[in-house]
Amino acid sequence: MPVVGVEISQSSDDKDANMTSKLIKDQQNPSGNGHSHPDPGQNPNHRPPHADAPPALPAPIPDLCIQHTKLFINNEWHESVSGRKIPVRNPATGELLCEVEEADAEDIDKAVRSARAAFELGSPWRSMDASDRGRLLNKLADLVERDHLLLATLEALDSGKVFLVAFFVDLVATIKTLRYYAGWADKIHGKTIPIDGDYFTYTRHEPIGVCGQIIPWNFPVMMFSWKIAPALCSGNTVVIKPAEQTPLTALHMAALIKEAGFPPGVVNVVPGYGPTAGSAISHHMDIDKVAFSGSTAVGKLIQRAAGDTNLKRVTLELGGKNPIIVFADCDLEQAVEQAHSGLFFNQGQCCVAGSRLFVEEPIYETFVRRCVEKARSKVLGDPLTPGVDQGPQIDRKQFDKILELVESGRREGATLECGGDPWGQQGLFIQPTVFSNVTDDMRIAKEEIFGPVQQIMCFSSVEEVVTRANATHYGLAAGLFTSDIDKAFTVSAALQAGVVWVNCYNAMSVMCPFGGFKMSGNGRELGEYALQEYTEIKAITIKISKKNS
Amino acid sequence: MHRAMFLRNIRPVYRLAKCPYSAASIPKPNPEPVVQFNKLFINNQWQDAQSGKTFPTINPSTGEVICHVAEADKTDVDRAVKAARAAFRLGSPWRRMDASDRGLLLTRLADAIERDAGYLAELETLDNGKPYAISYCVDIPNVVKCLRYYAGWADKWEGKTIPIDGDYFCYTRHEPIGVCGQIIPWNFPLLMQAWKLGPALATGNTVVMKVAEQTPLTALYVANLIKEVGFPEGVVNILPGMGPSAGAAIAAHMDVDKLAFTGSTEVGHLIQQASGSSNLKKVTLELGGKSPNIILSDANMEEAVEQAHFALFFNQGQCCCAGSRTYVQADIYDEFVERSVERTKNRVTGDPFDLKTEHGPQIDDEQFKKILNYIDIGKKEGAKMLCGGKAASDKGYFIQPTVFGDVQDQMTIAREEIFGPVMQIMKFKTLEEVLERANDTKYGLAAAVFTKDIDKAHYLSSGLRAGTVWINCYDVFGAQAPFGGFKASGNGRELGEYGLDNYTEVKTVTIKVPQKNS
Repeated sequence: MPVVGVEISQSSDDKDANMTSKLIKDQQNPSGNGHSHPDPGQNPNHRPPHADAPPALPAPIPDLCIQHTKLFINNEWHESVSGRKIPVRNPATGELLCEVEEADAEDIDKAVRSARAAFELGSPWRSMDASDRGRLLNKLADLVERDHLLLATLEALDSGKVFLVAFFVDLVATIKTLRYYAGWADKIHGKTIPIDGDYFTYTRHEPIGVCGQIIPWNFPVMMFSWKIAPALCSGNTVVIKPAEQTPLTALHMAALIKEAGFPPGVVNVVPGYGPTAGSAISHHMDIDKVAFSGSTAVGKLIQRAAGDTNLKRVTLELGGKNPIIVFADCDLEQAVEQAHSGLFFNQGQCCVAGSRLFVEEPIYETFVRRCVEKARSKVLGDPLTPGVDQGPQIDRKQFDKILELVESGRREGATLECGGDPWGQQGLFIQPTVFSNVTDDMRIAKEEIFGPVQQIMCFSSVEEVVTRANATHYGLAAGLFTSDIDKAFTVSAALQAGVVWVNCYNAMSVMCPFGGFKMSGNGRELGEYALQEYTEIKAITIKISKKNS
Repeated sequence: MHRAMFLRNIRPVYRLAKCPYSAASIPKPNPEPVVQFNKLFINNQWQDAQSGKTFPTINPSTGEVICHVAEADKTDVDRAVKAARAAFRLGSPWRRMDASDRGLLLTRLADAIERDAGYLAELETLDNGKPYAISYCVDIPNVVKCLRYYAGWADKWEGKTIPIDGDYFCYTRHEPIGVCGQIIPWNFPLLMQAWKLGPALATGNTVVMKVAEQTPLTALYVANLIKEVGFPEGVVNILPGMGPSAGAAIAAHMDVDKLAFTGSTEVGHLIQQASGSSNLKKVTLELGGKSPNIILSDANMEEAVEQAHFALFFNQGQCCCAGSRTYVQADIYDEFVERSVERTKNRVTGDPFDLKTEHGPQIDDEQFKKILNYIDIGKKEGAKMLCGGKAASDKGYFIQPTVFGDVQDQMTIAREEIFGPVMQIMKFKTLEEVLERANDTKYGLAAAVFTKDIDKAHYLSSGLRAGTVWINCYDVFGAQAPFGGFKASGNGRELGEYGLDNYTEVKTVTIKVPQKNS
């Protein structure tokens, strides 16, 4: 998954406005797509913001003390009704970080009751000015900015992602998401409508109500912000379940939500497992809407649960097997770099990972060689250590699944160009892996691997590659590289995907909608479009005595 | 203006943890705030006028000089336009900046103004004469809200992709217009500055702003905050000066792309003419009014009296949207007049730094004399003066709150904008009659209706020729809702999403493609 807020433009120079975010931008990898180079000395493209020496890069907080491990309901910390706890581990070492209270159906009930009470007519939250909802979100953004280093450290410890990526991508995106939706709060306009007859008609855009939100472990704090920000700016209340692997930043966000001054019950954070807490949310008769990011398999369960219960509204952001199409006329250097980070970013644990790389025949051999060089250059290690650019996979289950798919690739006859095995003495590291001579019928070309495994295929015509690229039940993202304007427009129009990047990849920002065609999801997150997913439209018609235009 | 806001801040509602604007917490003002800035602000630098000229700015409560301020003239306008043009060139920091960062700069400006709210409110009251409680609880919070509102728009001002016929891909870009001249009045100096800067900067324009010669001080302090929060050089330039010199130079300038003016209809004509005689710059105007306030016999009497009083007397009657024609239905007319007079007599007039004061001085000697002259004309033409009518103090420009009853539509005080604390009350019988009379004016800025009957409310609000109609309320403003005039009250709209249109050029880009598909 994506890279909101990362400096997307292909060069980071001459942005000399005096902003605090400037420091962040200038420290980012100028090549864009969120694949951060921790050591500027090794990055020839890095340009310092001024002629003087570049500022020191941030370092993680040593021996971080974990403050919040309980359920957050009604702005209070609760123990779980069952007394059960989730062990939370550092995937780089396997060591236990802490234990977190485990929510189950009864805890979900408590959280829903509190969210429902906060949503009552006349409540502080319902009677609040829209602009004040925006102020609260901005205040929350300020607090995240204040705790930027702490949250980035926590995120790296808990999810295994590279600390500098957490700092410059995840947290920056989180702040931008909160600020962006803060601005929308008082700009969600209804309409007045010229209906036939002597009537006056207008629409109110009302919040849906209590929203269940279930988020994944690959971008824990960023997904948290993608979910709560549009929900809160449009006036809903939230029961959000972070992934059992990565509950820690969500719980810190809960503390900041209280500190910012959100009324009790507006946001409730309940860590727990999918089959228990997640299922309780998706089946709950008093939850009006559920938003889920995760696998397509679980997406189906969520949709079915809504059908079995109260027909709650469902939005889904699911898996992908995203094609990147590289034409021979492209800027090769740029395409190799973007295709590499398009797959390997975040240890390959992205729903938008460019995991089917279609390369035009004349440049295929060269392209494969260059991809292998890039993959071999990756530095694996403890994600808190400077210079490391690939951390561990999230947990043993994912680790085993990825290695099993790599094995299937070997068995089905793809050429293993590099990697293919675990790395290191401890933790869940996998070598950056590249397969060439992949054919469309192989499992590694069809199934979502969600790991650092790149598949490179060969094609020879536009029609052929469009057909092959679309021959999947997924439709989340796609990329294409060409310098030909006609090809760019033709292929981007033909691809069945919610997001198409041309001569770039992972170029995401909060202003731009994101979501899937086909079985990659339902609805859109981010941008103005996301607001539709959190509003009910009410049309009010009043009889009047005599209409005039 | 903004009374609803004012009252609401007093009510115990759920507020953000840190709200400095509750009436209970108005800090004791310093009636002699130190003036820090009195020069021209060009290219983020303080400059003297090329001519070396200065003008005095007067405390309207005393008639005494507060300080002298550099007086911009044509050559200074030229310098400011050059700076604004340079800031707007392709590739400049301002043009290259992410839209969200423009928003962040506006947010920071709002934060800085909020930080300095007490001082700015003191300076506003010193220079303009409005009661400090109003400066602090109405003007400043609405300035902050307006800037925050437009901060949010910066990265949400979206173009479209358009399904045109043929094998084409078509989209629009919403581009800034360029260098915007902005000329603002003295009645809400800070608030008018925010109304102008918010949309212009959110959409990426650069600005040359002329502030009124009566009230230059707060705008110059804000200029310093603009520099402090980090707007690039030349993006905002602020020039105190006179209308016929600096104002005319901006209006006639060949390198100013757009002009926004708030002030009298008379000057609005000159601005539009100047555009026609020079480079056809885009013009938006927010001008005068003679706004009708219609009280039906089924209205809540107490509420209607209070709101009608407030509609006229707020800000010493110096509001373009003042409810200066109060039409009252015949069967409640006598009681309404009696209660309005009683309310007006109770209006607390005096030192604007006294927190109990409701009513301060008029802005200057010229307005003071003009208003007293209108009162004389009203008496001569046969309107019944029921209270007030005279100067209220032997120094400063105070005028007693004045009420005229039995006013006829053809009287001068019923037709011309007085811009002072003089209320005209007329009688009507039927809805059709009052609608016709209310619309019988060259103006069309605002109007209000007080009634409990939903049909009458809809009938009148649809029929009134005015850019804003309030029902059972008056002067309710929000940065979210558009404001502007029909007819000779103006052109274009400020505030809300509509305000962005007036600072945007739409560019249609069409690209030939080999084969279109839906």
